[in-house]
Amino acid sequence: MIDRALVDALTQIVGRTHTRTAAAERATYAMDGLTTHTRVPGVVVLPGSRDEVIAIIRLLASHGVPFVPRGAGTGLSGGALASEGAVLIVLTRLNRILTIDPANRFAVVEPGVVNVKLSAAVAPHGLLYAPDPSSQTACTIGGNVAENAGGPHCLKYGATVNNVLALEVVLGDGQVVQLGSPGGEPWGPDLVGLFTGSEGNFGVATRIAVRLLPVPQAVRTLLADFTSLRTAGEAVSAVIASGIVPAALEMMDQSCIGAVEDSVYAAGYPRDAAAVLLTELDGRDETAVQAEAESVDAILKTHGARSVRTAADAGERARLWQGRKKAFGAMGRLSRDLVVQDAVVPRSTLPGVLEAIGEIAARYGLRVSNVFHAGDGNLHPNISFDSRIPGLTERVEAASAEIMAACIAVGGTITGEHGIGLDKLRYMPHIFDGDSLAAMHAVRRVFDPAERVNPGKVIPMHACREWAGIPGVRSVERGMRNGNHSALRTSHSALES
Amino acid sequence: MRIAERVRALLGGDAVLEDTGSPDGVPRIAPASPDAVALLLGTARAEGWRVRVEGAGTWMQADAPADLSLTTRRLDRVPSIQPQDLTATAEAGIGCDQLRQQLADHGVWLALDPPGLAGRTLGSVVATASAGPLRHGFGPVRDHLLGVTFVTGDGRLIQSGGRVMKNVAGYDLTRMQAGGFGAFGVIVLVHLRLRALPRVDQTLILEGPREDLSRMGDDISAAGLTLAALELLSPALARRERWALAVRLAGSAPLVAAEEAGLRAATGGLFTALRADEAHAFWMRAGEAFATRPVAFRIGGLPASSDELLDLVQHQVGDEWVSASPGVGTLRWAGDATVDRLRRLRRALAVLEVPLTVERAPWPVRRAVGHFGAYREGVGPLVAGLRSTFDPGNSLAVAIESDG
Repeated sequence: MIDRALVDALTQIVGRTHTRTAAAERATYAMDGLTTHTRVPGVVVLPGSRDEVIAIIRLLASHGVPFVPRGAGTGLSGGALASEGAVLIVLTRLNRILTIDPANRFAVVEPGVVNVKLSAAVAPHGLLYAPDPSSQTACTIGGNVAENAGGPHCLKYGATVNNVLALEVVLGDGQVVQLGSPGGEPWGPDLVGLFTGSEGNFGVATRIAVRLLPVPQAVRTLLADFTSLRTAGEAVSAVIASGIVPAALEMMDQSCIGAVEDSVYAAGYPRDAAAVLLTELDGRDETAVQAEAESVDAILKTHGARSVRTAADAGERARLWQGRKKAFGAMGRLSRDLVVQDAVVPRSTLPGVLEAIGEIAARYGLRVSNVFHAGDGNLHPNISFDSRIPGLTERVEAASAEIMAACIAVGGTITGEHGIGLDKLRYMPHIFDGDSLAAMHAVRRVFDPAERVNPGKVIPMHACREWAGIPGVRSVERGMRNGNHSALRTSHSALES
Repeated sequence: MRIAERVRALLGGDAVLEDTGSPDGVPRIAPASPDAVALLLGTARAEGWRVRVEGAGTWMQADAPADLSLTTRRLDRVPSIQPQDLTATAEAGIGCDQLRQQLADHGVWLALDPPGLAGRTLGSVVATASAGPLRHGFGPVRDHLLGVTFVTGDGRLIQSGGRVMKNVAGYDLTRMQAGGFGAFGVIVLVHLRLRALPRVDQTLILEGPREDLSRMGDDISAAGLTLAALELLSPALARRERWALAVRLAGSAPLVAAEEAGLRAATGGLFTALRADEAHAFWMRAGEAFATRPVAFRIGGLPASSDELLDLVQHQVGDEWVSASPGVGTLRWAGDATVDRLRRLRRALAVLEVPLTVERAPWPVRRAVGHFGAYREGVGPLVAGLRSTFDPGNSLAVAIESDG
């Protein structure tokens, strides 16, 4: 539990309204989007400014108390959960867009800005922010940075790491550092790239400069349906190999289609299809995009599509996408509990892996629905179940492990965009050896020598080979007692003289 | 026992390329496998040998004071090319020209055109994060990497990333290696993200006064065209009488046709298309020129400040060998610059919040100004921590920071 005096000091920083201490209040934060992990934080604080964030972190450093940064809590790996002995710092009140620079196509935002609101804010300038996770109407840019979030359109435009230019970061001891530059060129080693996807283990990003892209003037969205999953998977490979880079290439299987069509998000997907493929082409020029759409149409038909339909207008396109993006929500109709899995395989192995997942589901007697980023080979097998049924949760866990093993066996990995958090810790030794895990741990200790920032996540300590010495850590601690409060600006005095 | 003899006993006789071949008499060791690199660096750590790393020896001057020179040139295999997945795995010592050819045989392409000679190694390109004009359309070096395997200064073989298109398992140490100049280990294996060979690859060029071309470059950027490259080159670099603005279009025939029409509409149809062989020679010679001067650096500003940066560079160090990507805001310069000049330029750029990265220079210059210079407040201890984590014995002779 958190000491009463510390709670009082935290309250002095953020105010009583933004300090949550009652059990019922704290229970609100006991889960993220993956409901199979539960931890109740010792206290929850909701700072309203970066200065409050810095003050909180310095206070916690002086008390040696661990903390966990959290955005909207839409994560799917248990990464933003804090235990009774830790403070949860919820960053959703830091929701200002600080700069929009249309000429140089970048924006600077606070971490609590909701993903979709950034694109809405820059739309009048003919720009957008490309990463679009399915939770984009709720998830925050800060959370996206922590998890290196993806989304359907990162097939063409890259994941979060490809769209973050610079960061202001508060380290675990309260030191503020500026990483990167708004032009995207690292100022030294690429610490922006290293920080992005570090799941809150390296500190808290308080200001984030992101790249903006022109809104494509021409868009074509195609819905293809298939009578077998294997055929659909083969069609994905054919599109990718053609050299055309779709903006998005998404697949849903029959179980997912049924869930969507039974829900308020019904998009008109054919219920009798074994799979549908949603392909989007975009660009500046209508003629060029139309030509690419016709090529993709032909490829899909040649590779077994039963039919291919092009969205007639923006309304139909939005409906097709709503079905895809709300598919996870629609699966709430199938059962009480849902495990959303995340793995990536080489694209050419999709047909075989999808069949293997089907075989595993059948063997365990589980309902698995697949909705995923086929163009990236990024699978999301979703297991629907009722955790109240004795033994079922264990079966789900075992089936999940087999699915992961099947993905690893073909050269894949255990997460493409959801992160390790708590949920995937046990799989890390299957893809990294002891030295590589120990190297990651050593890097974490460079940023957070005391290991107080989001402890217990990402690296399974038992699997790390001993990393003798971890030199440099002490010198890092000595060097971190000054402040720099500029907003993603260079401290000129610190530069070479 | 001399180092060369020790290494012969350790890795076999053929690992020592020459005993006294380097100008400074340092033995040049060419391990034949990632494990051999690990064995060599582990021994170097134990023996207190200082090691400099080189690839083909065509980019960074192999002149850092060291007890031995480790060259990756025998790590030149391409274990995997998967055209259907648009991925490949290549050892770090393969030359970019050889890799390009092998990929082309499979109908795929690594969309990077780094400066330097054609045989420059892949590992060198990754370690220096040297993207060329194609950065405009295809992003910086890090965007082409799915993962790397590297050996730490004390001989540990570390994997980072993976071989698939998306991967957020663990911390992304690949990002640290891309542009780390070898300070965090020796890259031995690279997993690459590829693209299908473009059906059409078209280069168009316009000559004229720099100011006019700069303005035109801004107009082209503002038009939002889908370009593979948009590069402003000095006359010497372009081998022309005047400055040249070069546009490269790559992709499907309809896409290239549409973008060429858009380009002509935005600029009044002034550009001249180069034949395929002319275009190949144009880009290759421009890239090679950066390896023929003693110093090369890049600076990364904002697109809108591209012209201002060119003025500043011209004022401080001249503009004979310079190219700029106005759509990206980056600029690359080559020539002969003193330590004082480089420091003065860096200071001037720092006021504009623009980093300058020294990409190649003789050791005395590298040691004095560092690849990165001084860091911003609080960053130095992080980099120092990472360096000593991955090179605890300070075995790797790399000068990333300024010495004053």
